[in-house]
Amino acid sequence: MYAQMVKSTGKGVQPLEEMGPQDRAFQERIDRGEKIEPKDWMPDAYRKNLIRQMGQHAHSEIVGQLPEGNWITRAPTLERKANLLAKVQDEAGHGLYIYCAAETLGISRDELFEQLHSGKMKYSSIFNYPTLTWADMGAVGWLVDGAAIMNQVPLQRTSFGPYARAMVRICKEESFHQRQGYHIMIQMAKEGTADQKRMAQDAFNRFWYPALMMFGPSDKDSVHSAQSMAWKIKMNTNDELRQKFVDETVPQAEYLGLTVPDEHLKFNDETGHYDFSEPDWDEFMDVISGNGPCNTDRLEARKKAWNDGAWVREGMMAHADKKAQRKLAAE
Amino acid sequence: MTKSKEWPLWEIFIRGQHGMSHRHVGSLHASDAEHAIKNARDVYTRRNEGVSIWAVEAKDISASSPSDKGPLYDPARDKIYRHPTFYVLPEEAGNM
Amino acid sequence: MSGEINHLLEFLLRQGDNTLVLGHRTSEWCGVGPALEEDIALANTALDLIGQTQLWLGYAAEVEGKNRSANDLAFLRDPYDFRNVLMMEVPNEDFGRTLMRQFLFDAFQVPWLTELQNSTNQRVSEIAAKSLKEALYHLERSRETVIALGDGTEESNKRMQATLDYLWPYTGELFGEDTTDQAMSAQGIAPVPSTLKNAWKTLVSRAFSEAYLKAPESDFAHSGGRTGFRHTEHLGHMLATMQTLQRSYPGATW
Repeated sequence: MYAQMVKSTGKGVQPLEEMGPQDRAFQERIDRGEKIEPKDWMPDAYRKNLIRQMGQHAHSEIVGQLPEGNWITRAPTLERKANLLAKVQDEAGHGLYIYCAAETLGISRDELFEQLHSGKMKYSSIFNYPTLTWADMGAVGWLVDGAAIMNQVPLQRTSFGPYARAMVRICKEESFHQRQGYHIMIQMAKEGTADQKRMAQDAFNRFWYPALMMFGPSDKDSVHSAQSMAWKIKMNTNDELRQKFVDETVPQAEYLGLTVPDEHLKFNDETGHYDFSEPDWDEFMDVISGNGPCNTDRLEARKKAWNDGAWVREGMMAHADKKAQRKLAAE
Repeated sequence: MTKSKEWPLWEIFIRGQHGMSHRHVGSLHASDAEHAIKNARDVYTRRNEGVSIWAVEAKDISASSPSDKGPLYDPARDKIYRHPTFYVLPEEAGNM
Repeated sequence: MSGEINHLLEFLLRQGDNTLVLGHRTSEWCGVGPALEEDIALANTALDLIGQTQLWLGYAAEVEGKNRSANDLAFLRDPYDFRNVLMMEVPNEDFGRTLMRQFLFDAFQVPWLTELQNSTNQRVSEIAAKSLKEALYHLERSRETVIALGDGTEESNKRMQATLDYLWPYTGELFGEDTTDQAMSAQGIAPVPSTLKNAWKTLVSRAFSEAYLKAPESDFAHSGGRTGFRHTEHLGHMLATMQTLQRSYPGATW
């Protein structure tokens, strides 16, 4: 998902009986459904994994502003412009909440930014794909937010208190995002002109597999998720969520009159689920390792915003310091 | 990469128009208290009128250690609103 | 233009185009602000301005009586039909210019909307009352930011001074006094903007002294925006971007 390639630092899950007393008490708290709070004792690996996962999640929110931000100035009506702007603004807010939650683990937001800028920390592969037409605003809202919600709803129950609480707030705010996107798709794919229908299908074709990739590699190739699941910082397996996403999305596509770009897609009466083709995992690895269509541009845009803003952040800080000193001198 | 002094972290507490007390809603960064309050209006209240905002620099908050479980905590276990970082808000923060 | 000028329409377009063009410029910041908090605050300002645009241009379209909507006016007019002051359309350049422009405009808009609340035209007075609440907050924020950055570091002061020097010649156009202004004043719809100049100057001067900034001496003023006679080169580029879908796919619904 937003944290697709979080590598657990543990070496698989240790059975309770082999744990030391502190680790064992910790695991038992999680098993009982208790929340872990910042000042509680926690294993180093738990802390490190969480910082990485929350960092990736927060980075995904703010890098995720860019592909949609690409269309704010070209939104076709005042209403669409306001909706899209509000949505992209929410993403900044969600990044902010998660960064703040991560800060309770002893890392600063600036440090997290630095790790993003240096390439040390990743963000979701999905945001390395370009948004080429207005229909992409529909496809992103419908598919990308749809996939994200699927992951974020269970994360409200994650074991780390500040993260869980941030997710509660985020899920509440995010409920309109997917609908906003789907609404754009209805307008274009169902009720639109021939040009608009073509744009809608084209956007769907380009975003279908990248959306499937958002859930991360197949469980059988994802050796690290067991520990994360034991710690309840990951709530479902990648394949479970991917299947759920396909099952929910296919009927929505049918309603729109769009064709899923997968000739093997078929409802399986025995399983009660859709069978579908795996995305191209080589492409996924390319994108993750920096060779997606937009990796360089996205990171450049983030770095530029950060560097261009340095004088503002410094200026405002200097003013605050001066103000405090003047106040002190006056007393 | 430019390295500069980071804006401090602030904890934000909001009391809605008809609310009885301030509740923690989250955190943010700001250069000073006034800036923090403005940022809180933009980030956490969507500028609803009639809300009262407190901003406290995070480093100035003293907190008990949550793992010291015992008499201090047990009686209040089900009163989650007492949790220092509890911050579930209704959609419109102003209608608290 | 042939025939009688519809002064009320002209007046409404001036209001709506100011907020439309400034709202658009402000929305360009989404995702690239200097800090997450500022990014979010700028988006709020842009959202307010877009909302105000819908009200002003919605009413303008009714007054025009050609069965057009606010969206038609925003997305299907050519640059010479726009009535915003030139200051709204110059590029953002950096955060400093964006906030300085916002401040120079807010310092006008607050007393202006305050007056418009007493308009004899009820719609104008209602739109003004709603917009004023937002403008008051914009002013508080833009004023504080200008002061902070003027007072901040040597670099931030230098940048803010340069940006003030750049924008200053564009401020004069806010205080026009032409036949439309006089017609609005005669009907009690709006005061003549030039009557607000002193109040505005007092307000901005006080902030500049706190910000260690100096307003240029010259009273020279660029003009041509609020009449539509001669916009800057920037507006055409902005509209080419903003209007692309409506222009490329006539009649489509989005």
